[in-house]
Amino acid sequence: MAKIFIYPATSLILSDLVSRHGHTPLSSAVAIRERIQTAGLESLPLQITPEEPKKGLKWAAVEVPAGVRGRMSLYGPQIEQCEAAIIINDADLAFGCMGCARTNELIKFLLRQKDIPKLDLNYPKNEEEGVQFVAAIKRFLGELKKREDTK
Amino acid sequence: MTPPVRIAQLSCGADYSGVQHEIDTAAHEVNGEIFFPDIALKDIRRDYDAFGLDVKSPDLKLAIARAKALVDGRVEADAVFIATCFRCAEAAIVRNELRRFIHENSKLPVVSYSFTERTTSGTLLTRMEALTTIARRRALLARETQQGITLGLDSGSATTKAIVMKDNKIIGTGWQPTTEVLTSAHGVIETALAEAGMTMKDIQAIGTTGYGRFLVGKDLNANLIQEELTVNSKGAVYLADRQHGPATVIDIGGMDNKAITVMDGIPGVFTMGGICAGASGRFLEMTAKRLGVDITELGPLSMKGFGGHVPMNSYCIVFGTQSLVNALAAGSTREDVAAAACHSVAEQVFEQQLQEVDIKEPVIMVGGTSLIEGLVHAMGELLQTKIVVPHHSQYIGAVGSALLASGFIKDE
Repeated sequence: MAKIFIYPATSLILSDLVSRHGHTPLSSAVAIRERIQTAGLESLPLQITPEEPKKGLKWAAVEVPAGVRGRMSLYGPQIEQCEAAIIINDADLAFGCMGCARTNELIKFLLRQKDIPKLDLNYPKNEEEGVQFVAAIKRFLGELKKREDTK
Repeated sequence: MTPPVRIAQLSCGADYSGVQHEIDTAAHEVNGEIFFPDIALKDIRRDYDAFGLDVKSPDLKLAIARAKALVDGRVEADAVFIATCFRCAEAAIVRNELRRFIHENSKLPVVSYSFTERTTSGTLLTRMEALTTIARRRALLARETQQGITLGLDSGSATTKAIVMKDNKIIGTGWQPTTEVLTSAHGVIETALAEAGMTMKDIQAIGTTGYGRFLVGKDLNANLIQEELTVNSKGAVYLADRQHGPATVIDIGGMDNKAITVMDGIPGVFTMGGICAGASGRFLEMTAKRLGVDITELGPLSMKGFGGHVPMNSYCIVFGTQSLVNALAAGSTREDVAAAACHSVAEQVFEQQLQEVDIKEPVIMVGGTSLIEGLVHAMGELLQTKIVVPHHSQYIGAVGSALLASGFIKDE
């Protein structure tokens, strides 16, 4: 079974799909709620200390904003250990979203740099695209499973 | 117990930078309560589109929607704190536009701040205190005349000042460099009282401000202990006789600078910078020392020179001083070097702080540095306006404290 990084990392739908196909999703266990009462859209239920942005220096230089480095301290290690990735571009806020556009650019770049199986999809705009969207993810996960089984 | 002042936080990156706890702590210390305006996902889409600023970060879209909810009255707050990551250009644009939007469309006091992971609650404390003061003490800040006999004390980072006022007139002043905080405070009080021909028994109310305000305020059993942002702006419009309508107050201090837009004597938007000493009064002190003149002589000296003749490639206090030394070694006149130093400080405040507030005339400069003519001249040139420097401008915090403290005199 593969460790799959999902983007947006907050998408419970993607996380669920990956789990149902027997793989391990690498994500943050944060649901985007209908009502937002936290600092950001995907604020974690844990207190990040000023040490996290310093750990994030491994993936982003000191002139990069602290919020980016703080996020990278969480997602950087996951990107390093992932064996596959699913990237959904321009996802709706309700599907799952990550608050900082600069972090999003960096995460997607780092994933695309890795020599691993990747599925790079646009978020569906209508029902027909929705069906194809789910089918594409299912196919990708199935192929990953076959590949793992033949190892 | 007084209910806490509810401060709405509009931010991007504060939680992931690890500074949310610092923001909460600073608010809590001044009996403020940070909250995140509760809005729905559908509000974000609608309000973000309506605002018209095309940004990519979802948390900035959230901040925009929250600002709209505050202005529309869908969420109630007493004050607004806008905070985004330092060095993020997209966030800087949003921060600036939201501050302007809230200021123009509501009466909510706003402060904006760009943080790094090194931001501490101590750094934020004066800003938070000013926010809660404006929200809680609007009636006191509306006071326009001083009554009775009051003492105002400003315990600043570089100098300590005291003022004795009686029936709306300054009758005693005291000034000395800050060394040991309480010793300096008692020294200036003694001088001010002697000049006024009074003793402490005659004083009906006391107000303190400045970095040492809590220590000195406790020692003197002061009626009013208040941060310098609201006190100085009140003192500035009082002394400049501009208590009605808009004004901008600039105070270049020994350790940090304040830029405050005021409406009818009450601050609306303010910034407080203290990151680089090259933009502070300290740099001018060092320049005066290097030129072998007293700080009081730097102003007249700089007015005789042309700053443009001296190459200044850095705003840093160390490298800036090095540039001045190099210029002197290359034959530049002391007058030109003095003018260049004044221009450097004015330009840095202009570029880094005055962009964060909307300049409204009259522009009033206060604090000890306002007595340095070259600095006032340079600021006037940059802002293309005639700067107002009121009498007793170096005592601004003490005057503001004495004025506001009179609101605490009990009827005999």
